[in-house]
Amino acid sequence: MVNISVNGTSHQVDVEDETPLLWVLREEIGLTGTKFGCGIAQCGACTVHVNGQAVRSCSVPVKTVAGAQITTIEGLSPNSNHPVQQAWLTEQVPQCGYCQSGQIMATVAFLKTNPNPSDADIDANLTNICRCGTYERLRRAVHRAAALMRT
Amino acid sequence: MTIHTTLSRRQFVVSTLTAAGGFALGVGTVPAEAASLSVRPWNDDTTRYPGEINAWVVIQPDDTVIIRYGRAEMGQGSFTALPQIVAEELECDWAFVRPEYASANRNFRENKVYGTLATGGSRAVRETGVIVQQAGASARERLIAAAAKRWNVPTAECEAAMSRITHKPSGRSFRFGELAAEAAAIKLDKEPALKRPDQYKFIGRRLARLDVPLKINGSAKYSIDLEVPGMVRAAVMKCPVFGGTLKSADESKVTSRRGVMQVVKLKDAVAVVADRTYRAQAALKALPIEWEVGAAGTTNSAQFRKAYLDALDQKGAEARHDGNVDAALAKAAKVIEATYDVPIIAHAPMEPLNAIAHVQADRVDVWVGTQNADQALSFAAQASGMKPENVYVHNTFSGGGFGRRLGPDEVAQAVAISKAVGKPVKLVWTREEELRQGRYRTQAAIRFKAGFAVDGTATALEMRNSAGAANPAGVKDGIDPQTLQGLINTAYQLPNYRIISILKNTHVPLGPWRAPGHSQNAFFMESFIDEMAHAAGKDPVQLRRELLAHRPDFQQVLDVLVEKGDWGTPMPAGRGRGIAITEAYDSIVGMIVEVAVKNGQVKADRVVIACDCGTVVNPRGVETQLEGGMIYGLSAALFGEITIKDGRVEQGNFDTYPVVRFKDAPKTEVYISPTPGKRWGGVGEPGATVIQPAVTNAIFAATGRRLRSLPVVGQDLNGAV
Repeated sequence: MVNISVNGTSHQVDVEDETPLLWVLREEIGLTGTKFGCGIAQCGACTVHVNGQAVRSCSVPVKTVAGAQITTIEGLSPNSNHPVQQAWLTEQVPQCGYCQSGQIMATVAFLKTNPNPSDADIDANLTNICRCGTYERLRRAVHRAAALMRT
Repeated sequence: MTIHTTLSRRQFVVSTLTAAGGFALGVGTVPAEAASLSVRPWNDDTTRYPGEINAWVVIQPDDTVIIRYGRAEMGQGSFTALPQIVAEELECDWAFVRPEYASANRNFRENKVYGTLATGGSRAVRETGVIVQQAGASARERLIAAAAKRWNVPTAECEAAMSRITHKPSGRSFRFGELAAEAAAIKLDKEPALKRPDQYKFIGRRLARLDVPLKINGSAKYSIDLEVPGMVRAAVMKCPVFGGTLKSADESKVTSRRGVMQVVKLKDAVAVVADRTYRAQAALKALPIEWEVGAAGTTNSAQFRKAYLDALDQKGAEARHDGNVDAALAKAAKVIEATYDVPIIAHAPMEPLNAIAHVQADRVDVWVGTQNADQALSFAAQASGMKPENVYVHNTFSGGGFGRRLGPDEVAQAVAISKAVGKPVKLVWTREEELRQGRYRTQAAIRFKAGFAVDGTATALEMRNSAGAANPAGVKDGIDPQTLQGLINTAYQLPNYRIISILKNTHVPLGPWRAPGHSQNAFFMESFIDEMAHAAGKDPVQLRRELLAHRPDFQQVLDVLVEKGDWGTPMPAGRGRGIAITEAYDSIVGMIVEVAVKNGQVKADRVVIACDCGTVVNPRGVETQLEGGMIYGLSAALFGEITIKDGRVEQGNFDTYPVVRFKDAPKTEVYISPTPGKRWGGVGEPGATVIQPAVTNAIFAATGRRLRSLPVVGQDLNGAV
């Protein structure tokens, strides 16, 4: 049994300690917005926040986040109105959309550390993969979100 | 997890759009509210609604317009673009539009009423566009006829707008929903004429995509996200040597693990079924498996590469011959020759292949994000032994496809496993399985010869091409049109032009990779055209203009590229500009790429894309497809390589099969420059083609090194600059 807190709700889950957080979120708690892409923390499709930090949940054993505050894409905002989500909508970023939960979560955490990033900052710090190739629009959306959050 | 929230869905979409600002469409005749797409846009029932005016359009009593969508939505946006075309003719209020997937079962039962549901060849708008436009026009005219009949007035006195039919002299009107059932019964003497492009008021608009609101909050449902009652979960491994079979699997080593229910042995694969995906995956890793691999188990990439290059000396089949190439080369003042080759590459869509199958006594249900619902139905029928008319395919959003989801291997496996365990099964491939059980882009090689007159005019071009056929059934007289795409139908005009095709397949399964044929052939052709320009002492743009003198549409795309891409302006040392252009899927796409080469590392800094795709349905849709296609092709050019050792794929994940990330992605500009009157060109694939040669041509400009193989990574550019 592991106790975890997800989007403000605590859950007691009956899984092996080493179960990746990703699969606990998806199959024990039923939050499927966090995606399985690679299983080895390469692609970032599974990015969630643990105590506000972006982590790749496919490679985080659930027992290591017991007691931590976990936020998934579903818990980011009540009405999809987080500035990062708004920027994604305005810039029409998603194509297949499968990586975008992770892109959004990575960006939210990144903008906390760098509220006014340059393109070079974005390129150096955001490493999530998008196979549809939305990077140009992603960059624009990161800048737009940063501007929204500064106002 | 069942979500049935049509109403709240609508409210959500509206409030989101308002909050975002800038999406209100409320100008003139354009409706103020967006259409909406369900998080689960597939129709589980086969009810024939009274308001079904034709197979594509259903109008419900409350004015909701269901528009059937006969392709996949894997990111390319045609789930918005095709309904946009229907709405243009139907004159409905966009707020009432609710698209959903067309039924594959019905397509089978009703003799292909939706045509092919396969999504390849950039065909969604290119081919289905005019069909659904006609369906929209037909529905409108029948609604008008139904109203005219009720009022007993001539149809000419009635008009359709914003989901109402109005009798112009009296001002009376009916809602579409009031007329739909009667309209459905009306037969038209002849199908109405379609609007002329100058009459379009909805086609050509930069509408917001209907699926985007679902893709920023995790609510869009891909098949990997679904759950059906009583479902169990499976992980699978197929024989890592293609064509091999399962010899043994010692299930006693894993059956006592928590949650593990059964080990299912298939002819060429083994699956672990468990209560959770993670437990199934972990148990599969722990399962001792032996394979029967046969002779293919000794093969490797170096052998294959040599075999494709050696094959260039074989006789082959003449696929095209204009003029007399031998005579022209014999009397040429100058002849140049070069050999190129490309390795196998994989698709690597973000969502690993997966499917849910439920085999029951009288029916099979499959939930899968597929590019090919017809094929999924057929694979499910074969794997279950059920008649195709009893198979139901519930197509979901796909997390990328790029050609891989055209061959639904995961469906056949999921159905076989469900049949074995007697329960609904969700099968999820690992990333490793996805990269190692692909349907890959073929390894290919080509040898060019070009002849020039004394004045530098190109007089002859010959190529001998060795490549695999992704679809051996399409081969006729030793020639596969798909393998030769971009060569056999080149726009370049030379008086003497010959293609010799040597088809060669190995045990590696092949499939269509975004822009099949065009993908490697654009690299070959556009690189060698560049070589020809340099050999003739001409600017690369100049030679292309000469060989395309008969094509004003190409000339204007080149004009745009030269101007926007700053062609001809000086670049600092270590940097270079490359150009490439092609025609694919009825679109002309050209690119200028700027690269920087530093310490042997290549970075594409800027890409300028120009495109003539004829009629534009949604400009942003065209832009995003070209941007995305470019990045997809850039991954192939810079990094893409699958290698074989002992008959099996060596790469397994994104650590060994790198793809473009933010740091590799160039600044990108897209310029759409359509030629009036042209048909609707496809844009999903062409962007993935010309980026590859544009990059290597830019590397040549920067360093003087001509790369004749891909990928770029690992090739020695040190000391070049």
